[in-house]
Amino acid sequence: MTETTQGPRERPLSPHLMGWRPHATMVGSILHRITGSALYGGALILAGWALSLAAGPDAYQAFMELLGSPLGKLVLFGLTLSLFYHLAKGVQHLFWDSGKGFALPIANMATIACFAFAVAATLAVWAIAWMTGAL
Amino acid sequence: MENYRTPLRRARGLGSAKHGVGHWLAERVTSVALVPLVLWAVFGVITLAGTDYYGAVAWISQPLNAVLMVLLTAVSFLHMHAGMRVIVEDYIHTTLSKSALLLLNLFVCALMGSLAVFSILKVALGGA
Repeated sequence: MTETTQGPRERPLSPHLMGWRPHATMVGSILHRITGSALYGGALILAGWALSLAAGPDAYQAFMELLGSPLGKLVLFGLTLSLFYHLAKGVQHLFWDSGKGFALPIANMATIACFAFAVAATLAVWAIAWMTGAL
Repeated sequence: MENYRTPLRRARGLGSAKHGVGHWLAERVTSVALVPLVLWAVFGVITLAGTDYYGAVAWISQPLNAVLMVLLTAVSFLHMHAGMRVIVEDYIHTTLSKSALLLLNLFVCALMGSLAVFSILKVALGGA
Protein backbone atom coordinates (compact mmCIF):
# COMPACT_ATOMS: atom_id res chain seq x y z
CA MET A 1 0.00 0.00 0.00
CA THR A 2 3.01 2.30 0.11
CA GLU A 3 2.75 2.81 -3.67
CA THR A 4 -0.21 5.13 -3.38
CA THR A 5 1.90 7.75 -1.62
CA GLN A 6 4.71 7.71 -4.20
CA GLY A 7 2.77 9.36 -7.03
CA PRO A 8 2.69 7.98 -10.59
CA ARG A 9 5.09 5.17 -11.48
CA GLU A 10 7.85 6.03 -13.90
CA ARG A 11 6.59 5.40 -17.41
CA PRO A 12 8.66 3.55 -20.02
CA LEU A 13 10.54 5.91 -22.36
CA SER A 14 10.85 5.53 -26.11
CA PRO A 15 14.44 5.01 -27.31
CA HIS A 16 16.35 8.24 -27.76
CA LEU A 17 16.99 9.50 -31.30
CA MET A 18 20.76 9.01 -30.94
CA GLY A 19 20.28 5.37 -29.97
CA TRP A 20 19.40 4.43 -33.54
CA ARG A 21 21.67 3.31 -36.34
CA PRO A 22 20.80 5.60 -39.28
CA HIS A 23 18.65 3.90 -41.89
CA ALA A 24 16.93 5.03 -45.09
CA THR A 25 13.43 5.73 -43.80
CA MET A 26 14.80 7.61 -40.77
CA VAL A 27 17.11 9.82 -42.86
CA GLY A 28 14.26 10.24 -45.34
CA SER A 29 11.86 11.38 -42.65
CA ILE A 30 14.31 13.88 -41.17
CA LEU A 31 15.10 15.24 -44.64
CA HIS A 32 11.38 15.64 -45.36
CA ARG A 33 11.12 18.04 -42.43
CA ILE A 34 14.36 19.88 -43.24
CA THR A 35 13.41 20.34 -46.92
CA GLY A 36 9.92 21.45 -45.86
CA SER A 37 11.47 24.13 -43.67
CA ALA A 38 13.77 25.20 -46.52
CA LEU A 39 10.74 25.49 -48.83
CA TYR A 40 9.15 27.82 -46.26
CA GLY A 41 11.98 30.19 -47.18
CA GLY A 42 11.43 29.36 -50.84
CA ALA A 43 7.78 30.42 -50.64
CA LEU A 44 8.86 33.71 -49.05
CA ILE A 45 11.22 34.22 -52.03
CA LEU A 46 8.22 33.54 -54.32
CA ALA A 47 6.25 36.21 -52.44
CA GLY A 48 9.25 38.57 -52.79
CA TRP A 49 9.26 37.92 -56.53
CA ALA A 50 5.55 38.83 -56.82
CA LEU A 51 6.07 41.96 -54.71
CA SER A 52 9.04 43.11 -56.80
CA LEU A 53 7.05 42.54 -60.00
CA ALA A 54 4.23 44.70 -58.65
CA ALA A 55 6.78 47.36 -57.57
CA GLY A 56 7.94 48.00 -61.13
CA PRO A 57 10.82 47.39 -63.59
CA ASP A 58 13.68 48.63 -61.37
CA ALA A 59 12.68 46.61 -58.32
CA TYR A 60 12.07 43.55 -60.49
CA GLN A 61 15.46 43.80 -62.18
CA ALA A 62 17.20 44.21 -58.81
CA PHE A 63 15.38 41.17 -57.42
CA MET A 64 16.19 39.02 -60.45
CA GLU A 65 19.85 40.09 -60.31
CA LEU A 66 19.92 38.99 -56.68
CA LEU A 67 18.48 35.59 -57.65
CA GLY A 68 20.89 35.36 -60.60
CA SER A 69 23.99 36.02 -58.47
CA PRO A 70 26.19 33.02 -57.58
CA LEU A 71 24.73 32.92 -54.05
CA GLY A 72 21.20 33.30 -55.47
CA LYS A 73 21.78 30.42 -57.87
CA LEU A 74 23.15 28.25 -55.07
CA VAL A 75 20.03 28.95 -52.99
CA LEU A 76 17.76 28.24 -55.98
CA PHE A 77 19.61 24.99 -56.68
CA GLY A 78 19.15 23.90 -53.06
CA LEU A 79 15.49 24.87 -53.22
CA THR A 80 15.00 22.85 -56.44
CA LEU A 81 16.53 19.83 -54.73
CA SER A 82 14.35 20.43 -51.64
CA LEU A 83 11.25 20.88 -53.76
CA PHE A 84 11.63 17.63 -55.70
CA TYR A 85 12.59 15.66 -52.62
CA HIS A 86 9.68 17.03 -50.56
CA LEU A 87 7.34 16.38 -53.51
CA ALA A 88 8.41 12.74 -53.91
CA LYS A 89 8.51 12.04 -50.18
CA GLY A 90 5.12 13.73 -49.82
CA VAL A 91 3.65 11.33 -52.38
CA GLN A 92 5.17 8.42 -50.43
CA HIS A 93 3.53 9.82 -47.29
CA LEU A 94 0.16 9.90 -49.09
CA PHE A 95 0.60 6.18 -49.82
CA TRP A 96 1.53 5.61 -46.17
CA ASP A 97 -1.55 7.57 -45.09
CA SER A 98 -3.69 5.13 -47.09
CA GLY A 99 -2.02 2.28 -45.21
CA LYS A 100 0.09 1.05 -48.13
CA GLY A 101 3.85 0.70 -48.60
CA PHE A 102 4.86 -0.06 -45.03
CA ALA A 103 6.62 -3.37 -45.74
CA LEU A 104 10.24 -2.65 -44.85
CA PRO A 105 11.85 -3.52 -48.24
CA ILE A 106 9.23 -1.41 -50.07
CA ALA A 107 9.52 1.51 -47.62
CA ASN A 108 13.32 1.48 -47.95
CA MET A 109 13.26 1.22 -51.74
CA ALA A 110 10.65 3.97 -52.08
CA THR A 111 12.68 6.27 -49.82
CA ILE A 112 15.85 5.68 -51.84
CA ALA A 113 13.77 6.28 -54.99
CA CYS A 114 12.78 9.68 -53.51
CA PHE A 115 16.49 10.59 -53.12
CA ALA A 116 17.21 9.45 -56.69
CA PHE A 117 14.19 11.30 -58.12
CA ALA A 118 15.16 14.52 -56.33
CA VAL A 119 18.70 14.45 -57.76
CA ALA A 120 17.62 13.40 -61.27
CA ALA A 121 14.75 15.91 -61.53
CA THR A 122 16.92 18.74 -60.18
CA LEU A 123 19.70 18.04 -62.69
CA ALA A 124 17.12 17.72 -65.50
CA VAL A 125 15.45 21.06 -64.66
CA TRP A 126 18.79 22.90 -64.40
CA ALA A 127 19.93 21.30 -67.67
CA ILE A 128 16.73 22.49 -69.36
CA ALA A 129 17.18 25.97 -67.87
CA TRP A 130 20.78 26.03 -69.12
CA MET A 131 19.84 24.81 -72.61
CA THR A 132 17.04 27.37 -72.97
CA GLY A 133 19.42 30.14 -71.92
CA ALA A 134 17.54 30.90 -68.68
CA LEU A 135 20.70 30.69 -66.58
CA MET B 1 -11.44 8.82 -31.55
CA GLU B 2 -12.55 9.77 -28.05
CA ASN B 3 -11.66 6.30 -26.83
CA TYR B 4 -7.97 7.13 -27.17
CA ARG B 5 -8.24 9.12 -23.93
CA THR B 6 -9.06 7.50 -20.62
CA PRO B 7 -12.16 8.85 -18.85
CA LEU B 8 -9.86 10.29 -16.16
CA ARG B 9 -7.81 12.18 -18.75
CA ARG B 10 -10.94 13.72 -20.23
CA ALA B 11 -12.30 14.53 -16.80
CA ARG B 12 -9.14 16.53 -16.12
CA GLY B 13 -10.02 18.76 -19.06
CA LEU B 14 -6.90 17.78 -21.01
CA GLY B 15 -8.68 15.78 -23.68
CA SER B 16 -8.68 16.21 -27.43
CA ALA B 17 -9.79 19.59 -28.74
CA LYS B 18 -11.44 17.60 -31.60
CA HIS B 19 -9.68 19.73 -34.25
CA GLY B 20 -6.85 17.36 -35.07
CA VAL B 21 -8.52 15.45 -37.88
CA GLY B 22 -9.39 18.67 -39.72
CA HIS B 23 -5.78 19.91 -39.53
CA TRP B 24 -4.47 16.54 -40.64
CA LEU B 25 -6.84 16.37 -43.61
CA ALA B 26 -6.12 19.98 -44.65
CA GLU B 27 -2.40 19.20 -44.82
CA ARG B 28 -3.11 16.19 -47.09
CA VAL B 29 -5.60 18.00 -49.32
CA THR B 30 -3.20 20.92 -49.86
CA SER B 31 -0.35 18.48 -50.58
CA VAL B 32 -2.39 16.72 -53.29
CA ALA B 33 -3.24 20.09 -54.86
CA LEU B 34 0.40 21.17 -54.76
CA VAL B 35 1.67 18.22 -56.82
CA PRO B 36 0.38 19.52 -60.20
CA LEU B 37 0.74 23.19 -59.18
CA VAL B 38 4.42 22.78 -58.30
CA LEU B 39 5.22 20.84 -61.48
CA TRP B 40 3.58 23.64 -63.49
CA ALA B 41 5.47 26.26 -61.48
CA VAL B 42 8.87 24.69 -62.22
CA PHE B 43 8.35 25.31 -65.92
CA GLY B 44 6.96 28.76 -65.14
CA VAL B 45 10.19 29.62 -63.31
CA ILE B 46 12.30 28.44 -66.27
CA THR B 47 10.19 30.63 -68.59
CA LEU B 48 10.47 33.64 -66.28
CA ALA B 49 14.21 33.24 -65.72
CA GLY B 50 14.77 33.69 -69.45
CA THR B 51 12.79 36.90 -69.76
CA ASP B 52 12.75 40.46 -68.38
CA TYR B 53 10.20 42.57 -66.50
CA TYR B 54 7.96 43.11 -69.54
CA GLY B 55 8.06 39.43 -70.39
CA ALA B 56 7.11 38.58 -66.83
CA VAL B 57 4.20 41.05 -66.88
CA ALA B 58 2.99 39.59 -70.19
CA TRP B 59 3.32 36.06 -68.78
CA ILE B 60 1.36 36.76 -65.61
CA SER B 61 -1.28 38.73 -67.52
CA GLN B 62 -2.46 35.53 -69.18
CA PRO B 63 -5.55 34.36 -67.24
CA LEU B 64 -4.37 30.76 -66.79
CA ASN B 65 -0.94 31.82 -65.48
CA ALA B 66 -2.47 34.42 -63.14
CA VAL B 67 -5.01 32.00 -61.67
CA LEU B 68 -2.52 29.16 -61.27
CA MET B 69 -0.02 31.54 -59.61
CA VAL B 70 -2.71 32.71 -57.15
CA LEU B 71 -3.65 29.09 -56.42
CA LEU B 72 0.00 28.05 -56.06
CA THR B 73 0.63 30.91 -53.63
CA ALA B 74 -2.52 30.43 -51.57
CA VAL B 75 -2.22 26.63 -51.31
CA SER B 76 1.53 26.80 -50.63
CA PHE B 77 1.10 29.26 -47.77
CA LEU B 78 -1.73 27.19 -46.27
CA HIS B 79 0.40 24.04 -46.54
CA MET B 80 3.55 25.61 -45.10
CA HIS B 81 1.56 27.14 -42.25
CA ALA B 82 0.24 23.69 -41.38
CA GLY B 83 3.68 22.09 -41.70
CA MET B 84 5.53 24.68 -39.61
CA ARG B 85 2.77 24.52 -37.02
CA VAL B 86 3.38 20.79 -36.57
CA ILE B 87 7.15 21.39 -36.27
CA VAL B 88 6.63 24.04 -33.56
CA GLU B 89 4.15 21.83 -31.71
CA ASP B 90 6.58 18.91 -31.86
CA TYR B 91 9.68 20.68 -30.56
CA ILE B 92 8.59 23.69 -28.49
CA HIS B 93 6.87 22.89 -25.22
CA THR B 94 7.05 26.13 -23.24
CA THR B 95 3.59 27.70 -23.48
CA LEU B 96 4.88 31.24 -24.06
CA SER B 97 7.48 30.35 -26.72
CA LYS B 98 5.08 27.95 -28.41
CA SER B 99 2.25 30.50 -28.55
CA ALA B 100 4.62 33.21 -29.80
CA LEU B 101 6.04 31.00 -32.58
CA LEU B 102 2.59 29.73 -33.63
CA LEU B 103 1.35 33.33 -33.87
CA LEU B 104 4.48 34.39 -35.76
CA ASN B 105 4.00 31.49 -38.19
CA LEU B 106 0.35 32.42 -38.74
CA PHE B 107 1.07 36.14 -39.19
CA VAL B 108 4.04 35.62 -41.53
CA CYS B 109 2.05 33.20 -43.71
CA ALA B 110 -1.09 35.36 -43.74
CA LEU B 111 0.82 38.60 -44.45
CA MET B 112 3.27 37.30 -47.07
CA GLY B 113 0.64 35.11 -48.75
CA SER B 114 -1.82 38.00 -48.98
CA LEU B 115 0.87 40.38 -50.28
CA ALA B 116 1.89 37.87 -52.94
CA VAL B 117 -1.70 37.20 -54.08
CA PHE B 118 -2.49 40.93 -54.20
CA SER B 119 0.72 41.63 -56.16
CA ILE B 120 -0.05 38.91 -58.70
CA LEU B 121 -3.60 40.22 -59.19
CA LYS B 122 -2.42 43.84 -59.41
CA VAL B 123 0.04 43.04 -62.22
CA ALA B 124 -2.31 40.60 -63.97
CA LEU B 125 -5.16 43.12 -63.95
CA GLY B 126 -2.93 45.79 -65.47
CA GLY B 127 -2.13 47.87 -62.40
CA ALA B 128 1.66 47.59 -62.78
